[in-house]
Amino acid sequence: MKRKVIIIGSGPAGLTAAIYSARANLEPLVFEGSQPGGQLTITTDVENYPGFPDGIMGPDMMNEFRKQAQRFGAECVYKTVDSVDLSKHPYKVSVGNEEYSAEAIIISTGASARLLGLESEKELMGYGVSACATCDGFFFKEKKVLVVGGGDSAMEEATFLTKFASEVVLVHRREDFRASKIMVERALANPKISVEYNSSVEEIFGKQPDGVTGVRLKDTKTGDVRMMDCDGIFMAIGHVPNTKLFNGDLNLDSAGYIITKADSSHTNLEGIFACGDVQDTVYRQAVTAAGSGCMAAIDAERWLEK
Amino acid sequence: MSKNVHEFTDKNFDTDVTKSDLPVLIDFWATWCGPCKAIAPVIEEIAGEYEGKVKVGKVDVDQNQNTAMKFGVRSIPTLLVIKDGEVVNQIVGAVPKTNITDILNQVI
Repeated sequence: MKRKVIIIGSGPAGLTAAIYSARANLEPLVFEGSQPGGQLTITTDVENYPGFPDGIMGPDMMNEFRKQAQRFGAECVYKTVDSVDLSKHPYKVSVGNEEYSAEAIIISTGASARLLGLESEKELMGYGVSACATCDGFFFKEKKVLVVGGGDSAMEEATFLTKFASEVVLVHRREDFRASKIMVERALANPKISVEYNSSVEEIFGKQPDGVTGVRLKDTKTGDVRMMDCDGIFMAIGHVPNTKLFNGDLNLDSAGYIITKADSSHTNLEGIFACGDVQDTVYRQAVTAAGSGCMAAIDAERWLEK
Repeated sequence: MSKNVHEFTDKNFDTDVTKSDLPVLIDFWATWCGPCKAIAPVIEEIAGEYEGKVKVGKVDVDQNQNTAMKFGVRSIPTLLVIKDGEVVNQIVGAVPKTNITDILNQVI
């Protein structure tokens, strides 16, 4: 199946690219991926997106984005791209047993929660290990949970989890939090929240389907290890860009982000554009992602006219 | 919700699921769960396509905490496949449709 523009990813960047390229009559096809709407669908209130003075729920905002793109003829499908062939033009995109060819591809695959990388973490994901407090906090009523991390999202998740949990322990590798002062103060003022500084999670204990029973913590200064009982553990240690599909074809930086040419969305390959968190090492906001999605659609339109 | 998608509750679970003659696909969800909304249309499609072969239904975890607890659900969406009262498969998180249908094809 031949398309002028295929957009991979459906967060603010991908859907804004879809709105602009649909309005330019490029009839974009959007592969939404495993998390349609992107990371905002696992947040609660979005309070810093202009135009919503009273805030808006993340999932609701992304529904509005999608509707706006569809109104101009963008086709959004809930499918995940398995592989791409960027070795020759037109480019190939494989989804299950379907193959598409695209003159231009806009990559907006975003980022996913970073994990610790433990076998036990993988095994217990969904059974007490979680990367989404807003999705899973509900299941930890009157339980003890850990939040791993020291940034704004760790503070936000810890504070959110006190709505359900009886006890929330922040586990942080360092002595100081990286999070903004207001977020730290809010978290530390909460009587349900305590902190384990200079500590890293070495092992998670538990089994399917009974769930997590505890962790082994290591003191990052002395190397001492200690056990701690808990019923759940939430990861808030940052994000990694979703660029596995393009490894080897596109120029990536050392952290795996797609490198775009200055002041544009152009990658090292003609006709391949990147926008949103997959290429943003600095801002990573919904509104900057949307802005870069607009840039990618305009860049693609101009490139196709050539 | 389409007519092919049943509503399972703490009350009807035993009669509608455990004692079902057909294999059952259960979608644990809640109104506040974004990824659950993403997977809902897929569940509806499957319910239509597997009509008469698999019973498909949803459990609202807010209203039916006993059922969610009984199966140790700690993350949603969680999908369970139950045959003859026994859990034969469990999927945590939103997954592509083919992941679900592959599993269903093994039990029908």
